[in-house]
Formats: sequence, structure tokens, C-alpha cells
Amino acid sequence: MSVSGSLREPALAKRHRIGQLFEWACCGSTWFGMVVLSLLLLSIGWKAMAWPIPDADAVDRAAATKTDAKANALLSPRPLSTRFLTSYDSRVPQKAGIKAALWGSLWLLVFVTITTVPVGVGAAVYLEEYSNEGRWKRIIQVNLSNLAGVPSIVYGILGLTVFVRMFGLFGHDGKVLDFNLGFAMLSIPLPFERSVISGALTLSLLVLPTVIVAAQEALRAVPSSIRTASYALGATQWQTIRHQVLPAAMPGIMTGVILSLSRAMGETAPLIMIGALTYLAKCPGKIDSLSAVWQHPTGLLEAPFDVFTSLPIQIFNWVSRAQPEYDHLAAAGIMVLLVVLMMMNTAAILIRNRFQRRTQW
Amino acid sequence: MTIMQSFSELMHQRQQRETVKRSRLVETETEVSKLDVNNLNFFYGEKQALFDVSMTVPERSVTAFIGPSGCGKSTFLRTLNRMNDIIEGTRLTGKVTLEGQDIYAPEVDVVALRKRVGMVFQKSTPFPKSIFDNVAYGPKIAGQRNQKELQGIVEQSLKRAALWDEVKDRMQDSALALSGGQQQRLCIARALATNPDVLLMDEPASALDPASTARIEDLIFELKQNYTIVIVTHNMQQAARISDWTAFFFQGYLIEKDRTQKLFTTPKKKQTEDYITGRFG
Repeated sequence: MSVSGSLREPALAKRHRIGQLFEWACCGSTWFGMVVLSLLLLSIGWKAMAWPIPDADAVDRAAATKTDAKANALLSPRPLSTRFLTSYDSRVPQKAGIKAALWGSLWLLVFVTITTVPVGVGAAVYLEEYSNEGRWKRIIQVNLSNLAGVPSIVYGILGLTVFVRMFGLFGHDGKVLDFNLGFAMLSIPLPFERSVISGALTLSLLVLPTVIVAAQEALRAVPSSIRTASYALGATQWQTIRHQVLPAAMPGIMTGVILSLSRAMGETAPLIMIGALTYLAKCPGKIDSLSAVWQHPTGLLEAPFDVFTSLPIQIFNWVSRAQPEYDHLAAAGIMVLLVVLMMMNTAAILIRNRFQRRTQW
Repeated sequence: MTIMQSFSELMHQRQQRETVKRSRLVETETEVSKLDVNNLNFFYGEKQALFDVSMTVPERSVTAFIGPSGCGKSTFLRTLNRMNDIIEGTRLTGKVTLEGQDIYAPEVDVVALRKRVGMVFQKSTPFPKSIFDNVAYGPKIAGQRNQKELQGIVEQSLKRAALWDEVKDRMQDSALALSGGQQQRLCIARALATNPDVLLMDEPASALDPASTARIEDLIFELKQNYTIVIVTHNMQQAARISDWTAFFFQGYLIEKDRTQKLFTTPKKKQTEDYITGRFG
């Protein structure tokens, strides 16, 4: 019996140790992010669930002003409550809520979707399906990627110039375009001032590059054999895109759109630039509930051109105030914003999973 | 030579089968030409893929293109319904006529051409839709909206493609749930639904198992009663089994085209003989 080589080698132990170290390092990186994030969430959640403990001075002041029971009943027991969702911002932190911001964000979401989806998908379809490979396409492609990386505050300045002021084309007082729709009047002020439509268009510009790139990826993932097969059956290019390519790319496009929309929902800087950071105790178009839509449906036509505030703006507003109570209100606002964003991201994941099962090549 | 003998045996089997079939058909002695190709040169960018190809494709027959990989047979097939138009940077000189009409004439609408010259690909490409929607796609995009008519077309096409009995109870199921052979027959049914005169097939059975291949071959044999079929195949036995005419391509040139029986038993050119006896390719 002869042994050609030993199965034990001391030098190997060192190599194994290095591998082990690397594994630990990677594991540590994973947990670093997770731990910091959950700590943050916990502290915000804790803040959102209780008012700050009043210091001695404040207790004295409260005793001196002798708040009566009736007024006390209007105060929230903690920052995040149902009242928080149904009342407007207030000078009294215990009375303040994010109703205006919620409706403002909803309007933004609606109009960003309306403007982003057709333009983004249209541009992606043009670039992927129609345009020829060449220098122009490459230039556009590179610029799209660059635009996706432009800081959001720059888009804010763009929005301010183009939508809020419209380059000052309409003079000092501006103009109002009136359209008689038969059942109601539609008044469009020019320039748009700091209205929902200005904010939505600005956010639209901000997310368009990402939407276009995501939609392009989705279109590129559709196998070309599907297109060829469609052409071979006598389909025109439009029919091929409409009946084969777009349906197949839809889940990818929708995922990209929803993720971009949730980014738009969380944007603060561009909206501050266009002047949305103000105290506001009304919802756009005075629509503050679903029943309000029935009571004065014309509010739907007014809302796009009304002033607004949004969730991140409201949070920013509260954070910048001095009283510690507003800090806790901001925390409550962050919780609401996070829930909204998480719902949108979940929707994106669900859509992706649902369609992925259906279309497999 | 044993290979030649095996081919003649194949021919013999075929003739027996064909005489059974033809007893029902009126035999036409003169071949009516469906497609005429004159001096066709084809370029991918700078690279020339086809050199001066001329041939006629007779009506209601099966014409097979054989040749080693990259010999231009698929490219040539795709010039017959202008599928090469989709590829950027391609160019062509020469003339292709379908029943006397130049298909590359400026006034010809490619969409109309492709409706008359259907195509089936090597890899079955069912759309990720139901079986019904797959077959109904062609007529639908051509403007057929009547549901009753559509159902009729779908049923007839599936019957012609010998798939009806297997799928009639699950028309709304996804076409992707079918087996490979069924998917390919579905693609043939789909091509038939637009009611073409000519059916181009690019290696329709090369990705299938022998049983499915046999079904497709039987199907092609049936279909030639009503359609002009052009098929590209890697498989010389297949060409010998199903085609009436065979064209041998080599390095972008059409080397020889003749009655299948003649080409496989008494080829005129040396290259053809070398290829079919397996000396290269």
C-alpha cells in the first residue's frame, strides 16, 4: 500500500480561514444595513406612538392656561391616530393631521401616472421598436441615463421655470383659459403657478428617464421570435406592438412604472423648489372625502389647478419646527408615508409575480 | 452505392404512398409555376449571402431546400415573403414574382404579401395566449371581427393542421401548455388561418422527436393538395420523403434543382452527389 499524497495539508487551513473571514464580512454587511434600518424604524415608530414627555415648564404652562375638558377632547392621545389622518395641519400639535397632504399626494399620484405612463412607454416603444440603431439613438440613450442621475432639486428649478412661471410669458398677472364643457367650466390658469399640475409635471419629468429605461428593458426582454411570428402572419408593425410586444412587456413596464411612482411620491426637494412648502388647511379642489366628490363634482376640475401639499412636504414642514411635539408628528407622517410606499412596492411585486407565471417562454 | 440505394428505396415507398393518394386527385401533368426567382443576389451589409439564384417553385407541390449550414437556404426562403426586410442593412437585387407579380415592387404591401405567403419557423413560436387566440390572430388583425366566422376559421385551420382532435376541448388553455410537436402544428394552423397560397417552412421538424416529426411530415404531405409548400431541411431523408422538387444550395449558390427522385438518385453535379452521399456537410 502506497500513499501518493497526504490528505492533510497545513497550508490549506489558512486558505479556509480566509474564506471563513470573507463569509463573515459579507454576513456583517448584510446585517449592518438591516440593523440600522430596523433601529430607525423602531425609533420613528416609538415616536409616532407617543407624545414627548412634557418638561416641568410646559406642565406649569398647561396648568396656568387651564385647558378645559372640551378642548382636551379634541386633542389626540398620540401622534399617530385616526384623527391624525382626518384633520388638517394646525398650530396646536395635538390637533394637527395630514389630511391635506394625503389628498395632495393622491392628486399628484394620479397626474404623475397620467402624464408619465403614455409618454414614458411611448418613448420606450419608439426607441426599442421603431428607431434605427445609430448615432442619434446612442446619444439619446446616453442622455437618458444621465438624466436619470440628475439631482431632483434641479428638476425643481426646471419645474419652477417651465410650469410655475412659464418663462414669464403670460405677464405679471397671468391669463386664465376658460373652457365650457357643457356641464361645468374648466378654468386653466396660465402659468400654472404652484398647483397640483405643476408639481405633477415636475415629478413626471423627474421619473420619466427611469420609466423609459425600465420600459425599454421590458421591451427588450420580449423574444424577437414573437415579433417575427407576428409579422409572418401579415401583421403590421403597430399590430405587432399592440397585440404581442406590449402585452408581453406589460408586467415589466408596470413594475418599473410603479417603482418610479413610489419614488415620485417620496420626493421633497423639487416640490419645495416649486413652492409647495406652505401652511395649508384645505385639500385640492376642496375634495376632502369621497362624498365630497358627489357633492361638488366640479371640484375635480378645479383640483389640478389648486394649491397643494404632499406627504413628504408636510413631514419636512414639521421637522423644521421648534416644538418637540412636531418631531413626533413628523414621525407619524413618516409612518403613513412608509405604509403608502410599501403598499405601492407590494403592488409592483404582486403584479410581477402574477404575470411572470402566465408568460413563460 | 448503398446510400443511393437507400434513397431509391425511400422513393419507392413514397411512390406507393403517393399512388394511393393520387387516385383521388386529378393528375396535372404540366407544372404551373407559383413563384419565380430570377438572378437573385442577397446581401447582409457588405457580405453577399446569395449569388445569382434563379428557380421556379411549382404550384401545389413540395419544394425542399437542402444544403450544409450557412449555405443560404434559409435566407433564400425568407426572401420569398420578404421576412429579411425586418433585418437592418440587408439588400437584394434580382426579381421574385408570385404568380407573375414582382413582390419587391414598390407598390407591393409587405403585409398583404405575407398574408398570401405564410411561414412556419424552426422553433415553434406560439404567442403567450390561448390556443384559440393564437389561431385567430391572423384573421383578427386582418379585420375579421365576426366571432362565428372566427370560430369557423379556427376549427378548419386546426383540422387541416391535424390538431383539432387534440385541442378541441381546451381551446381557451394557454398554447404554451402544448407539447413541442403540438406547438409546431399549432403554428402551422396559425399560418393556415390567414388562408395563404404558399407556405414556407424553415426546418419545421428539426427540434421535434421522431414521432412528432412523422406527424408533421404526414401533414405536409396532406397540405400540398391545397398549398404550395417550400421547406428548408437539414435532413436529407426528410427531403426525400416529402418533397417533389429538391434544390441543393452550397455557399450561397443554387447548385442544382431537380425532381426529388432524380436529384437523389442521379444528381448531375459532383457537389450534389458528394453532399447527399455524406462526403461533406
